[in-house]
Amino acid sequence: MSANKETFGKTVGFVLAVCVVCALLVSFAAVQLKPLQTANKLLDKQTKILEAANLLSATDGSAKSIVATFEKYVEAKMVDLDSGEFIEGNPDLFDERRNSRDLAKSDKPQNDIAGINRRSHDAVVYLVRNDNNQVETVVLPIVGSGLWDLMHGYVGLEADLNTVKNVIYSDHKETPGLGAEVLNPKWIALWPGKKIYDQAGEVKARLVKGGAKAGDIHGVDALSGATLTSNGVTNTLQFWFGEEGYKPFIAKFRAQGVK
Amino acid sequence: MASEANKVLTKPIVDNNPIALQVLGICSALAVTSSMANALVMTLAVVFVTAFSNLFISIIRNQIPSSVRIIVQMAIIASLVIVVDQVLKAFSYALSKELAVFVGLIITNCIVMGRAEAFAMKEKPGVSFLDGIGNGLGYGFILMTVAFFRELLGFGTLFGVEILPLIQNGGWYQANGLLVLPFSSFFVIGLIIWAIRQWKPEQVEKD
Repeated sequence: MSANKETFGKTVGFVLAVCVVCALLVSFAAVQLKPLQTANKLLDKQTKILEAANLLSATDGSAKSIVATFEKYVEAKMVDLDSGEFIEGNPDLFDERRNSRDLAKSDKPQNDIAGINRRSHDAVVYLVRNDNNQVETVVLPIVGSGLWDLMHGYVGLEADLNTVKNVIYSDHKETPGLGAEVLNPKWIALWPGKKIYDQAGEVKARLVKGGAKAGDIHGVDALSGATLTSNGVTNTLQFWFGEEGYKPFIAKFRAQGVK
Repeated sequence: MASEANKVLTKPIVDNNPIALQVLGICSALAVTSSMANALVMTLAVVFVTAFSNLFISIIRNQIPSSVRIIVQMAIIASLVIVVDQVLKAFSYALSKELAVFVGLIITNCIVMGRAEAFAMKEKPGVSFLDGIGNGLGYGFILMTVAFFRELLGFGTLFGVEILPLIQNGGWYQANGLLVLPFSSFFVIGLIIWAIRQWKPEQVEKD
């Protein structure tokens, strides 16, 4: 402990030097690893979309086969949520999280039950075709507040745009063992066949605390010990299948069909 | 010298375990021990961070002005943690999503700071590096043990491989829901501490 390293100038200089070295290390790692991370993210997204469309079992699970299957069957299209019309645009460049922070590209929903604060004007929908080139599944991205943070996921619907194929969450920060059970295969397996809308066109899909009754075509068991996550899932579905979500698109799609 | 290095490396595993004796780093031990795979990755990350933070801090220990030493240690530890996080995201995206915030929270893991301040500030780089590895392994030893019981009894699996077939899947084992929840780690860690102190009574605190 020599006295001269304790002067003001030396201290500042030392801290600056440490900061520069650390900053270099961190930025080097970040820049070098970026391409791999981007590829991972894309692969993760494609995997979730295939899972929502029940196509994951058609792949052998390798990255290559997932990308190939995705490119063969899935078509991403941009949709204007208010009109429900397809619009021009590159779905690959679309970023819901960036848009919903951009005042020019998003609005405050009138009835923000999903707690998303701002909703992007546009959305990307994924049309999944079968080997005969008919649309078999439509995968719609959803987002809404859970207990801790926004939960992002995908809903796969059959071509009638009412029957659920899968509800797959891709990104959430819920409590492990409780809210994080949205990823539990047993819970996911409760969804197929459930109807989003009733006869009158009201959004009825929801989670039922204490367990859905047998024969309930809209309700799914809520997650035990995770009331707020379950409410979040219900509200997210209510929002995204309502007027401010995909309802206009679904109405158009049903009326004219999609090539 | 060789035996001393050996001692520095192995002592933290049972004799001076960071969790069981020093009672550091409990928070993350609760959170990431619901499965063996998570606990293993967390262990590797912590070993890496404690080892290299100890090494770098020890190298510059004579230059660090004591008025800002904690901040300097913090900067080094934080940088290493970010690097670990980036590497995980690049090479094991699924795991990095599952561990998510807990990798970042290695920064606040008392083991890392504790060893930097208590050991690396005084000792030579080589020994400090080994001390970091030893403490990381000591932490990992508890983590893996807790995860073993929690995953086996809570989910009936080990590393995701089914060991006890669950009733829901047509087997005979009724999963213990308690062990799925984070706080059950308190019980498991408590039992481990009890077992270690039965074996090594010198660890028992005098009243």
